[in-house]
Amino acid sequence: MNGVPLAVYLGLGLFMFTAGVVGVMIRRNPIVIFMCIELMLNAVNLTFLTFARYQAVKMPIPGDQQASMMAGQMMVIFVMAVAAAEVAVGLGIIMAIFRLRDNIDIDELNLLRG
Amino acid sequence: MNNLPVSPNLIVVGGIAGLAAVAAVGVVLFNNAIRSAMCLVLNFVLLAVLYFSLNAEMLGITQIAVYTGAIMVLFLFVIMLLNLGAPQLLVEKKDPKRFAAIGFGVVLFGLVGSQLLPAFNGVSTPQALDDFGGPHAIGRTLFSAYAYPFEAVSILLLVGLVGSILLAKRRI
Repeated sequence: MNGVPLAVYLGLGLFMFTAGVVGVMIRRNPIVIFMCIELMLNAVNLTFLTFARYQAVKMPIPGDQQASMMAGQMMVIFVMAVAAAEVAVGLGIIMAIFRLRDNIDIDELNLLRG
Repeated sequence: MNNLPVSPNLIVVGGIAGLAAVAAVGVVLFNNAIRSAMCLVLNFVLLAVLYFSLNAEMLGITQIAVYTGAIMVLFLFVIMLLNLGAPQLLVEKKDPKRFAAIGFGVVLFGLVGSQLLPAFNGVSTPQALDDFGGPHAIGRTLFSAYAYPFEAVSILLLVGLVGSILLAKRRI
């Protein structure tokens, strides 16, 4: 869409990332912490796509010009794939911990303390 | 930013962005995990709409299919499987860590925003081609210039699959 300043998208991305950081720090439920991590990943995806669409920063990238125009979108695709793998493994770990002990309060997990 | 004309596009995108920001705050503040998950679903759908407004149709559809379709269903499954509902709702204690974290968030937002956003103040015209986000363009690039990362991602997903099955099995 024309007429929308780049700063709107960037501001939303920054706000979502900040909300995710604060959520990771204050929440004690590991599943909600995972959701906040997803929030941060999506904020970064939005930023990548915004820059890919506006092409505001002209970087001299060697190689194929067409491919470098698509770099932002490719990064978003790979971030989505990594997020999918991360959620599958992470939720498996949370399930395994919950099976081991009934309490999944993240502040009371100190199994790795030396 | 005051000299920018307020176009209908700006009003629509700003409204959607505001709703998405409210949903993001809801994810953090709701005490019940299911309500947080529902807020996150709303946030992801609104983000997909924003991707459409950036002409990235392919990624908008992928966002809906992967995030709201697969990842959030996985989250809801685990929440309901662990039965984190009312009886053992984790009581979020009021501790000083909370205020420190919120202060940290405000500082982070202010610092990055004040340094980054003024640099892009006048930019409001997209420079990329209008069809840069269609399936055709993405497929061509993904299977030519990005073929090796694509294969690496396929190996990553395979390892993730094996790992999650290993973690979920009681006895191997």
